[in-house]
Amino acid sequence: MPHSYLKHAVLPLLVVLATLGIALWLPDSAEHPAAQHPYFVFTALGVLAAMLAFSIAGMSFPPLGEAFARKAPFYAGVLSLFCLYNILTAKTALLPVLYFPSPDNIFGVFFEDMPFLLKCLAYSLRLLVLGWIGGIIAGFLTGVAVGFNRHVRYWVLPWVRILGPIPATAWIPIVLVCFPSVVSASAFLIGLAVWFPTTVLTASGIANIEKAYFEAAATLGASKSYTIRKVGIPAAMPHMFLGLFNGTCASFLTLVTAEMLGAKYGIGWYINWQKEMMAYPNVYAGLMVMSLSCFALLTLLFRVRNKVLVWQKGVIQW
Amino acid sequence: MVGGIAISHLGKRFKNPQGEDITALSDISLNIRPGSFVSLIGPSGCGKSTLLRIIAGLEHAEEGEITLDGAPIAGPGCDRGFMFQSHMLFKWMTIYDNVAFGLRARGLYREQAGRVDEMLGIVGLKGFEKHYPHQLSGGMCQRASLARALVGHPKVLLLDEPLGALDAFTRMNIQDEIARIWKEQSMTMVMVTHDVDEAIYMSDSIVVMTPRPGRIKQILDLSDLPRPHARSGDDFLRCRAKVLRILDYGGKIQKPEYAI
Repeated sequence: MPHSYLKHAVLPLLVVLATLGIALWLPDSAEHPAAQHPYFVFTALGVLAAMLAFSIAGMSFPPLGEAFARKAPFYAGVLSLFCLYNILTAKTALLPVLYFPSPDNIFGVFFEDMPFLLKCLAYSLRLLVLGWIGGIIAGFLTGVAVGFNRHVRYWVLPWVRILGPIPATAWIPIVLVCFPSVVSASAFLIGLAVWFPTTVLTASGIANIEKAYFEAAATLGASKSYTIRKVGIPAAMPHMFLGLFNGTCASFLTLVTAEMLGAKYGIGWYINWQKEMMAYPNVYAGLMVMSLSCFALLTLLFRVRNKVLVWQKGVIQW
Repeated sequence: MVGGIAISHLGKRFKNPQGEDITALSDISLNIRPGSFVSLIGPSGCGKSTLLRIIAGLEHAEEGEITLDGAPIAGPGCDRGFMFQSHMLFKWMTIYDNVAFGLRARGLYREQAGRVDEMLGIVGLKGFEKHYPHQLSGGMCQRASLARALVGHPKVLLLDEPLGALDAFTRMNIQDEIARIWKEQSMTMVMVTHDVDEAIYMSDSIVVMTPRPGRIKQILDLSDLPRPHARSGDDFLRCRAKVLRILDYGGKIQKPEYAI
């Protein structure tokens, strides 16, 4: 049956319409400060437009229509949660007004403060990428050296074990003294947070490689360095990606703390700053931006991993 | 012809987990003629795999001497191909890349790339070049592993129970293929097995070993038997009975009280 996915779009569309109806026609509680415009309605209208666009586009491109049919109920579910939140805040003020602002006010931040949010995001990303790349390179090199060289293992591994588990942010007092600028200090902290899990899991990945792989390489005439490059490192890749995943999560955590060290801009800094100003709509908007960016970065990481580890069956799904 | 292995008074000791010395191999002397097919057979613990690994250079023997075409064996090398019990294909590489590994590692790939396709053809894996090992059956993986071991023209192929984990029919198929390759490529092959039939079917001579300490009990020469050693032939059955008797698994033949 053609366009059978359309019936899956009916319920989500109804949810969007109900959300819109409640937002428009239920009277607002007087306790919430009024937003400049009904931004939540704008957002819901945006969702409605997107859903309609996808439904129509799906008629010409069936794969798009099927993807939409799979995803639409979920997005409708998210929207209905916002609708519930709208009722609890803007419509009835059942939740404490100061800490739970109305969705109009939250979404208003995106409309009114977007350039600044983007600037903060850019600053955060710069810091994150600097620290992350440094941490990964350092972690990979340490892990490979510890994994393949007896002497490095003897001299370096104990230090990794003793220094690694310290949460990166605990180094703040020392790092602030040692680094010339706040940016370099913060990037170092993020790098440190990424370095430890990457090192440990790279080294353990190498340690767990079946010995017979190296024997097979040796009987085929491969040199030591060729074996490390073509056998050791690829075989340890699944573990390395586990380390990268842990490290990336740790880097988000460290980022927020590192941005308290006197950063000028940054999404973690923004959330903290707005909290002190008691501007909770901005806090929520900042949280959403942060969540979406972290989600996007992790998704990117998993995409790369799936590409690199195509040879593995039954990879962990993200 | 090359690929002659001379082993004299070889001895190998291990430390067991309790720290005691265990004699894995004691006074092993064996001459493997170039181009012959030799099976090492015996119950587990007789040191047959250890002996094979010493020939490969993956283990070092404390006592005795071992040479390949007169040169002492000091470590693993590409003149001795090795097939493992489980295929040990590099699972992050496609079948093609696995087979090409030896040539690439030695910088010969550019000149001999055609050899990879040739080997894939010989083991019947044409069309599976782009597959990863986990996409193939156990038998196909062992074929790929055979191709990988042979791609660099080794003088000797060492087989460490490579067919042990396969089902009976796949096993017989690959036995035939190995026998065919042995004949066509005229190379020396040494195979460890605990399957008496497999040893008789494929070998010129069978080295029967016994455990604790690992010794050679007897060497059976089958080179005068007509090849192939048909599995159902009388010679085959006589040979089988003989090997089993040497291994003390012959059993007692009961005289029937009356004939049917």
